[in-house]
Amino acid sequence: MRPLTLTRLLVRCGILAAILFAVVVLALKLGAVQVSLYGLGRDLIGLLLHRTNTLSTDYGMIVLDIRLPRILLGIVVGASLSVAGASFQALLRNPLADPYVLGVSSGAALGAIVALIIEGHLNLSPEMAGLITPIGAFIGAALTIAAVYVLGRRDGQIDSTTLLLGGIISASFLSAVIMMLMTTLSGNNLRGTAFWLMGDLSTPQPRSLLYFLSFGFIVAAGAIYTTASDLNLLLAGEKEAMHLGVDVPRVRIVVYLAASILTGLAVSVSGAIGYVGLLVPHVMRLIFGSDHRMLLPASALGGAIALVIADTLARTVTSPTDLPVGAMTAMAGAPLFIYLLRRKLA
Amino acid sequence: MSTVARHPFPGEPARSSSDVRLSVEQVSYAYAPHPSQAPLFTLEATSFQAKPGELIAILGPNASGKSTLLKLISGALGPLSGRIFLNGFATHSLPVKTRAQRIALVQQESRLLFPSRAWEFVLQGRHPYGGGLRFESEEDVIIAGNALAQVGATHLADRWMDKVSGGEKQRIILARALAQQPLLLLLDEPTLHLDIGAQVDLLESLRRLAAQNRYTVVVVTHELNLAGEYADQVVLMQRGKCLRVGTPATVLQREILEQVFQAPLSVEKTASGRPRVTLFNK
Repeated sequence: MRPLTLTRLLVRCGILAAILFAVVVLALKLGAVQVSLYGLGRDLIGLLLHRTNTLSTDYGMIVLDIRLPRILLGIVVGASLSVAGASFQALLRNPLADPYVLGVSSGAALGAIVALIIEGHLNLSPEMAGLITPIGAFIGAALTIAAVYVLGRRDGQIDSTTLLLGGIISASFLSAVIMMLMTTLSGNNLRGTAFWLMGDLSTPQPRSLLYFLSFGFIVAAGAIYTTASDLNLLLAGEKEAMHLGVDVPRVRIVVYLAASILTGLAVSVSGAIGYVGLLVPHVMRLIFGSDHRMLLPASALGGAIALVIADTLARTVTSPTDLPVGAMTAMAGAPLFIYLLRRKLA
Repeated sequence: MSTVARHPFPGEPARSSSDVRLSVEQVSYAYAPHPSQAPLFTLEATSFQAKPGELIAILGPNASGKSTLLKLISGALGPLSGRIFLNGFATHSLPVKTRAQRIALVQQESRLLFPSRAWEFVLQGRHPYGGGLRFESEEDVIIAGNALAQVGATHLADRWMDKVSGGEKQRIILARALAQQPLLLLLDEPTLHLDIGAQVDLLESLRRLAAQNRYTVVVVTHELNLAGEYADQVVLMQRGKCLRVGTPATVLQREILEQVFQAPLSVEKTASGRPRVTLFNK
């Protein structure tokens, strides 16, 4: 018997954080403009130790003003999607659940588009206008997951197959509505929206939005983390968890709201990026086991690592043209998804 | 030393016998899929009492209301009328966490979404004693280890839950219930998927655990002879009615059993004075 201890938790998270740091440095180096890894590493360490206060002017602007914000966005979005995925898998007792498969991402996308349309008719200050999309996306996500939850219940218990079918049907219905709304858009807007829908991190976001996202992530993921050991028991079913002292309705509402916030925030800035929320928690579970006290932070860090890598590939594979990162994650994720299905995890 | 029983509800008559642990008092229940519809299933007023160390068997054919009665005792369901007290507290009104410290339920099927090791599973029994994020203490680990030892499953600690046999799994599930250190141990058809040897083993250990740890044990079963051999009291149910409550010898009698189970039977006394039921061909 070796139960999880705080030390072991922190050591493992430290290792993942170190990997994330290495991936970020690599992502800063790679791109259309060549940057030397040695020079960059030396400058970054100097910057961290306050020896210098700028990067070399040759590449400083590209690295700090273009690549870094995009990488930070990828970290927050990847972490949000993975934590949301791990939470949905436990809450809905379904190993194939994630925001994208369940249609929650589509719901959030629809919410964001509706919010954008409404925003055009309102006279809001620029700061408020920036927040209306995340809020719309959150409402869309929350309504969708509520609908899928109701569709997936049979005789008071969640039925795996019905739930997944409910999610897939919701996703296709919501996509149809999104298509209809998109025909009202024109020219540049249309291409931008289409790119965003596929999942995309290339749109520059204001710094204030990045702060807002990080803050939302910390609050929502923190709320989910307080239920971590309850989620362990929920894996055996709601009734059994109740008999072991889990306040099931409270856990359900906390996780449901927080996971909807995470999905809404991620989708509002990056569109519907698939498979990160599904696969990262599975890989982390294979490495660290299914204790959510370990799994949730590992998924957050793993999701960040995965999305930064995927986005770096999206930027560099067809350089100087960008691919939508959603296309990258789907290309890598779909085969893995099929592999998991064949292993009869469902 | 005189002890005053605690009564959470004012105006409630004081119960004289202080060593009654579980008291089921005129409990009834009705299940309807919709409040406006006639109930599909009703449980009529049922009463019995149990002391620490006693093993109670709830017997009856399918759909007799055995499991409903167990759910009511566990506090998962609230009774339509009547009350169920555990040490003077109504089980349904206890906070979920407190209830899990006092009542442990072993259910028919315990399916896991992702596999875990037996020791992890048993440690879950300590959940009612910890906060949301608390890591298990040394004490929790010792209690879980003892629980595994009590059911003779120490050697299974590092095995995966989906890689053990039905009987082994049942013992590990029982160990998790013991780790809860309950006053009341409830088991819903624990012998269902077990062969006869494992069934006897399980009932033997329940008997022993009830005596050693002063648990009150309530087992739902339709194994007449296991109930006859191991129970202190038998509650016989049929179609939502409690027909008889008493010692195995007074409840397990030919006429009433033939009527309840709709089959020709004979009942003999064994050397130990316990009833033994044999089924005839029609």
